[in-house]
Formats: sequence, C-alpha cells, structure tokens
Amino acid sequence: MVISKSSKTALWLFLTPVLCWLLLLIVLPHIDLLLMSFGGENDYGDPIWTLQNYRNFFTEPIYWNTFLRTAIFSIITTFITFLLAMPVAFYIVKVVRPRFQGAMVLMLLLPFWVSELVRVYGWMILLRESGVINHFLLKFGLIDKPVEMLYNDATMIMGLVYTSMLFMAVPIISAMESLDDSLIEAAHDLGSGKLVIWYKIILPHCKPGITSGSIVVFMLVLGNYLTPNLMGGKNSLWFTEQIYNQFIASFNWNQGAAFGFMLLLLSSLIIWIGLKLSRQKLGEVAS
Amino acid sequence: MNNDLSVSNLVKNFGEFTAVDSVSFDVPQGSFFSILGPSGCGKTTLLRMIAGFEEPTSGSIMIRGKDMAGVGPNLRPINLVFQHLALFPMMNVAENIAFGLRRRKVDNATIKKKIETILERVGLPDYAQHQISQLSGGQKQRVAIARCLVLEPSVLLLDEPLGALDLKLREQMKVELKKLQAKVGTTFVYITHDQSEALVMSDRVVVMNKGKFEQLGTPQELYSKPLTPFVAQFVGDNNLWSGVITEISGTDAVIRTDEGFTFRSKVQGTVTVGHRADLFLRPETLRIQPADKEGLNTFDVTVKTILFDGANSRLLTVTPQDHELLVALPQNRSFDYIEPGQTIEVGWHPEAGVCFAAED
Repeated sequence: MVISKSSKTALWLFLTPVLCWLLLLIVLPHIDLLLMSFGGENDYGDPIWTLQNYRNFFTEPIYWNTFLRTAIFSIITTFITFLLAMPVAFYIVKVVRPRFQGAMVLMLLLPFWVSELVRVYGWMILLRESGVINHFLLKFGLIDKPVEMLYNDATMIMGLVYTSMLFMAVPIISAMESLDDSLIEAAHDLGSGKLVIWYKIILPHCKPGITSGSIVVFMLVLGNYLTPNLMGGKNSLWFTEQIYNQFIASFNWNQGAAFGFMLLLLSSLIIWIGLKLSRQKLGEVAS
Repeated sequence: MNNDLSVSNLVKNFGEFTAVDSVSFDVPQGSFFSILGPSGCGKTTLLRMIAGFEEPTSGSIMIRGKDMAGVGPNLRPINLVFQHLALFPMMNVAENIAFGLRRRKVDNATIKKKIETILERVGLPDYAQHQISQLSGGQKQRVAIARCLVLEPSVLLLDEPLGALDLKLREQMKVELKKLQAKVGTTFVYITHDQSEALVMSDRVVVMNKGKFEQLGTPQELYSKPLTPFVAQFVGDNNLWSGVITEISGTDAVIRTDEGFTFRSKVQGTVTVGHRADLFLRPETLRIQPADKEGLNTFDVTVKTILFDGANSRLLTVTPQDHELLVALPQNRSFDYIEPGQTIEVGWHPEAGVCFAAED
C-alpha cells in the first residue's frame, strides 16, 4: 500500500500523544531508574557505578527468598483464578440465556467500580477477629472464642484471587464466545463424556484467552502491593514490600531501583518459560 | 428385513408449543431415509431426539431393537453429521477421524489402519495430515462423514449437510452421498428442506409439516400420488386452481374453477359435490398444442415469458382471466417457434390432475 505524504503527516500527528506518553512517562523514568540501579557510593561517600545493588539481591537470602515466595504464590493465585474463571465463563457464555449474559458480565464487573482499597477493607471487616463472620460463628455456638482469619497465606491468596478474577474471566469469556456449540455436541456424539469434552475441545479452544488472562493476572498479582500488605499483614513478605521498604523506609533508591528491575526481568522470564511450556507465542496470544 | 431405527408415537413439547407431534416410522436396515420439510417443521428436533440431544416428551426410539430412553448421545450406536459439520479446528484430519475411536480405547495401530481405509473410501487418501482449514467445502463434508462412519454406527444421521455448499458441488455431493451409502451399506437418515436432495438420494422419504408426518413413501409415490395438498405443493412444482366440485364418480370428478373452466380430474381424500376444492397440476403434464385432443382438458393461454433453464425450461403463461400457469417446455426443438405474446392451446389428461378438498 502506498501511503501519501499527507496521510503520513496525519499518522505522525495522531501518534505524537501516544509516543510522548510512552517516552515521558514510561521510557524516561525507567532509564533514570536503570541508571540509578547501577549507582552507589564508595567508602568516601562519592557516587560511583557499581553492580553491588544487584549482587545484594542474590547474596542476601531474604531478598531472593521473598522473590521466590512471591513468584510461587503468584503462580498459585493465577492457577486458582483460572480454575474459578473457567466454569464462570462457561456458565455465562453457554448456559445462561443470551439476554441475561450482559447482566451477568456486568455483575462480574460491578465490584471493580469500587477501588481495590475499599474492597480489601470489606474483606477485612468480614474476616477480622471482631468481624462479621466471627460474630455469627460465636452466636451460633460453632466456636468458643474468635478465630483470627486475617494475616495468613490462605487469606491473602483468597484476596488476590478475588481482585484478579475479572482479568481472567473476561478474556476467557471472549475466547469461549467463538466456540461453536455444535463442536461440543459433536464430541459428545462421537462418544466423549464431560471430562474429555473439557479437556479436548473447550480448553484447547480457549487457550489464547487463558494465556492472555494468565499473563495479566500473574503480572497484576506479582506487582500487587495493597492486598498482600493488608490481608497478609507483616508476614506476607511480598516482594513489592521489599521495593517499597528500600525506597521509603531505608531511603535507598539505588537498591529499590535494582529490585524493581529484578522484578521486571524475573517476571518476564517466568512468562517466557510459561509460553514455552504451553508451546505458544506472545504474538498469537495478543492477536 | 430388520429395522435399524424405529420411532413410535414420538412427541416433543416446548412449553405450549408442540414441535414434534406423535410421529412414528421405521427405517429398514441399509436404507436411505429422508425427512423432508420446510424450516421450522420440527425435523431438526426429531433428529436431535434420535441423536439423544433432546429428551422426548413421550414416545419411544428403538435402535436395532434397543430402547434408547435415558441413553446419552455418547452411548448411542448412532452418529450425527452436523449442519455446519463441526469438525474440530484444533485437530488435523486424522485426529478428527480418530477422535471417536480414541474414546473407545482402540489401539493406535488399528486406528491408523481404520483412518486409512475410511479416507480411501470417501475418496480422500493422503489427506490424513491436512489441517481442517486447508480443505475445500466438499472435502470437509467427506471428512465429517468419515469421522462418523469410522465408528460403524447402526444409523448415520445427516442434518442438511449440503446446505452450505454451492450449487454445482451440491449436485455432485448428492450423487456421491448416494453412492457412498450404497457402498458402505449403513442406514442413513437424512433431513433436508430441499426436495431435490430428498428425491434424488432416498429410498423412502417422509414429508413433515408442523410437527406431523404428511406422507411417507418412495420419491416416485410422493411426486406422482401426493396424499395431501401440502405434499402436492411442497414436492416439485405445481399449478393451482380453486373451484367447486360439480360431479363425482369414484376417484373421477368434474371441477368448475373460479374462472369458469370445467375440468375432469382425479380426486384424493374426501371431496363432496358442491364443496370447494383445490386442483393441482404439474407443469410437465400440460401439453402444448396437443395433436390428439381426445379426452383431454384443453384451453387457451397466452405466453408471458419463456423461463429458459436448459432441460428444465418452462413457459410462464396466463389464462384470459390472468391466472398464471407454468407449462413445461420440452427442449426438443419442436416448440422453438413460441414467443412471448403468442396464444397457444394447452391440454392435460384427467389422470394427471388431482383435487383436494379446500382447506378453510
């Protein structure tokens, strides 16, 4: 296709805001952070270039253990979210009558109109020692004294699953919408039971949706600060807290920047491995 | 001969609506049976009940003498070729065909052999490793049929599988399907709204309308001896007159049409003198300029247009009262002189027309 000169100008005109946004808000700060992550001081307090910040990540077990813990919990959360989103998506797309479909998606969306902070506090009101659930359990005599349900790993994962549900369900719903019902019926007709239909027909068809949903959820959970901090408490040991501590508590911006880049690199690596294992390409998933 | 499929008093209601209304039929082993009807007549519902996707409200379905009530589609010895084929796009041809065999835990060597044999049989050898998206419409059709036939079902159900193909290919597939059925000997139950598909391929056809069977018979019977006005109109083309019966003796009657013609014709069903009736007459029974008018009903018509369609050419003519009639135009060159605007005489034998009591 031949693009005339004037349409080329128009193209650049429309691209300018996007490019400005990318450059000023994403690229420049990251370059600054990258430079900062290699910065340090020598014994006399003069600024020097060093790899010490990155070395710290690998030599101090607390750092990379925290990262490992964060990554593993993020993978678990992503998997649980996927397990929950699959039947939800199937119900909305294939079971509910078409005119209720919009309403169902809206119901899924509705909690996300409220900020994450408010939603997490909602959970805390329910789960804390003097909370609603404990109140009723005590009232019906199921327990003798209040149980602390907050500040443990299970609660934290539940909170993370809750906050990421939508980002898994929506891509799977849109992938599943293109699945022809007659494929399911054909598989049934050719002798397969429900399990085989899920495994052989529905899952392979929804694979792009599952992958893009998983990438989004994994990244969001890995980079989440609020939910692990509030629901997991001081024991949560989420890697974002380490970054926060370096920047705010220790005021060591160089170390914080290095951690930030480690998070970016390692999470990208995990996603790359995930794509390799499921034999997919990022381009196919994005399209 | 044994019946592969027998259906008795089958009813399906959706709320107030009766989709299939007390339908019974038997399909003998190895025959090609068609269910013909307009869209919305309940034929798809009937097929889905036989395949097991819908529970009948009442009645029974027997396959090779076994009652199928409560048996899921995956456990019935019956397979369905879907309207849009429903080939699995994530698998290649061989995997599609192997799908049903794997569910039966057939070993790999046998699967491989069976795939080869069935692809050979449907005329697609060497296509095993092709992706579904690489196939043409007709090839997909054959893969869909092969995927079912490889399971050696007692009955193969086909839900208008030719609907999506273009005309030329459809004509070709009609003949191929008929040949394939004769070769494999599996009982085929074919549903369609296209009367030519049903007439060309079937051993027996049933015409269905509004959830009920109108008539069951061989294609020839349906065409030449329709039992109801619906069948007369739906199967093949027909000219229609309305009028009053003035005389009746046995199956012969005299009808005076609303335009004043008096014709002798056959009657079907209960028709009484003095009552209104509809007369159906096929275009090919109208003879142009008959030489021997003895015993024929004759009258004059004016040619409006020549509808040229090769061997299936017709004349669109009108009577002096502006009643449109289709007249078959044999392409044997003897009528090349006919041009629009001419008035010609046409005649038909009383045996060729059939009168039904008019519906009110």
